Amino acid sequence: MNAALPDAGAAIQVQHLCKRFGNFSAVSDVSFDVRPGEILGFLGPNGAGKSTIIRMLCGLLRPSSGRVLVAGVDVVRKPESVRRQIGYMSQKFSLYQDLTVEENLRFFGGVYGVRNAKLQERVRFALDMAGLGGRAGSLVSELASGWKQRLALGSAILHEPKVLFLDEPTSGVDPISRRRFWDLIHDLSAAAVTVIVSTHHMDEAAYCNRIALIDRGRLIALGSPKQLRERALSGQLLRVECGAPAAAQAALKSYGAARDVAIFGSTLHVLVDDAAVRAAPLEEFLRSHGLPEARALPIDPTLEDAFVELVREESAIVEASA
Amino acid sequence: MKPRRVAAIAVKELLQVWRDPRSLLMALLMPLMQMLLLGYGMNLDIKHVPTCLLDLESSQFSDSLAARFRSSEYFEIVGGLASQRDIPAAMDHSVCRMALVIPVDFSRQLNGAGHASVQAILDATDDNSASLAAAYANAVVSGFSADVQMDTARRYGSVVLNPPVQTQSRVWFNEDLASRNFIIPGVVALILALVGAQLSSLTVAREWERGTMEMLLATPVTRMELMIGKLAPYFLIGLLDAVFCLAFALLWFGVPFRGSVLTLLFTTSLFLVVVLGIGYFLSVSVRSQVGASQLALLLTIMPISLLSGYAFAIDQMPPVIQGITYVVYARYFVTILKALFLKGSGALALWAPILGLVIYAVAVLTLAARSFRRQLG
Repeated sequence: MNAALPDAGAAIQVQHLCKRFGNFSAVSDVSFDVRPGEILGFLGPNGAGKSTIIRMLCGLLRPSSGRVLVAGVDVVRKPESVRRQIGYMSQKFSLYQDLTVEENLRFFGGVYGVRNAKLQERVRFALDMAGLGGRAGSLVSELASGWKQRLALGSAILHEPKVLFLDEPTSGVDPISRRRFWDLIHDLSAAAVTVIVSTHHMDEAAYCNRIALIDRGRLIALGSPKQLRERALSGQLLRVECGAPAAAQAALKSYGAARDVAIFGSTLHVLVDDAAVRAAPLEEFLRSHGLPEARALPIDPTLEDAFVELVREESAIVEASA
Repeated sequence: MKPRRVAAIAVKELLQVWRDPRSLLMALLMPLMQMLLLGYGMNLDIKHVPTCLLDLESSQFSDSLAARFRSSEYFEIVGGLASQRDIPAAMDHSVCRMALVIPVDFSRQLNGAGHASVQAILDATDDNSASLAAAYANAVVSGFSADVQMDTARRYGSVVLNPPVQTQSRVWFNEDLASRNFIIPGVVALILALVGAQLSSLTVAREWERGTMEMLLATPVTRMELMIGKLAPYFLIGLLDAVFCLAFALLWFGVPFRGSVLTLLFTTSLFLVVVLGIGYFLSVSVRSQVGASQLALLLTIMPISLLSGYAFAIDQMPPVIQGITYVVYARYFVTILKALFLKGSGALALWAPILGLVIYAVAVLTLAARSFRRQLG
């Protein structure tokens, strides 16, 4: 991915960002821009380097090389002025458990320098937003995880930041709370807040305007969910249902029309040039290989398919150049 | 530096102390316990040394010498012995720590040759007390001796002569020679250092351990604001403890106070800044509550109880150790406290130890603030 020319209108500009820990390269040459009000999702497996990138973007880690500009200000050179404009929610819950909901909000309002008259109004807003109106006096340690997550978001937006960094905000939260959390993120985005959010839930990526696919410290693709799905797969998908996906995968290695085979739970996704034409012969092939109940159905590719394919391509390029 | 941010941190810190029973106990109950323990426990006075009497003569003379010992507050005659052989047993069983032996020819020698000896045998397991007891015994015998001399002179019709040279001692500053008056001001320093360094050693490490540091670091708080905000509540708690300890010393133990309250307040504040700074530095460097508080304990109790001069006079130490005491920050405060309590010295006379504290306070705070890294990893 090439670095775009510095764009004065961008909320965040990241140029050739690298982070090494000793010999280990945690982030290599990552560049991208984020538009104001955009929701950019970092998608990738655990340990891919999503948190490391986010920490560098908000000045918590010093990059080994490269540059990060938030609202045109260099994060490394002027960390104080950047910190005033950003909100951050860490992966691990990090509010004060021995303080009440309201005490936490007042504390974060205070350290972000929100004036007293304004603070009152912002605390009320955050309580309403998080749906914690009746629990203002409860100790945080007594809250369920979904509520804690919304409170952490509330704490991060008291000073009305222009940019919000959310590192795996929905991990360990039930589906209903997750859905509600994403509604809040969309409300913020509608109010022109730029949001960078990381996740390893593929289904959550669909809520983002654009997605950055991250694998082993590299940015391997960047685009809208639709763009990624289309670009990743130069072909169509068949979903194969049979009792023994591993045996079917092994058998399909010798089947020329199957360009690629990946296991998805108890089914297989098989990449072919034309799904409608290839379905019947493929079923026949599997039946003749001891899988009589095999059924092949054309499906639309999911983001997960795209991710698997893009990671495979990237690995092939890296190996070829090595 | 934004007061709003400092205030937000200070309020949060105070709430956390208030909700943490361990910290609260340390801040409020420990000073009282230490004051009682060290105030009563650390007593270097020797009074009422248990003494056995072996009077081999049993004369009027020997009786009146024994009576002198009896009336002295330094000795207490706990029993009589029959022979020299009983002395080791009496010492072994801790019946007495001194045996006074009056020889069989005591009066005869005194009347005939004009001089006689009595023997004091001391249990010197505790050498300091033994040498003090020997000195007191000497004083009692000298007094007796002088009276005998004058009696004899009067009997022979001579002009009553006073001994030609006499020491007229007057004890200043601690008129009662009570070691408690000498020790208690130092105990106050010990308690403040202990409580102050312990509380502040937890404050940053707690944020790292509980994972709250990450969000705090993402805020615009500067390291100076963080340090001041975090130490301010402990400074107030420390001052509260100081007032309590000082009032306790004055009212409960009756230690005299002769200096200026203002100087006391100023120097106590300086000392608190030093101990809080040390605790904060440890907390920042170690990032573990247990580790930092153990180190804080080591850096307060050991050097202060041994090298600050609070109980053991610095000028009695070997020169090398005396040199080391200049590094012990509490030395300066103990010197100031003793001077304020007992001598009533003014701030000007105390410029040197005050300067020592000021230098220490500036150095420790600078080091503590700088050692805090504004980043993860």
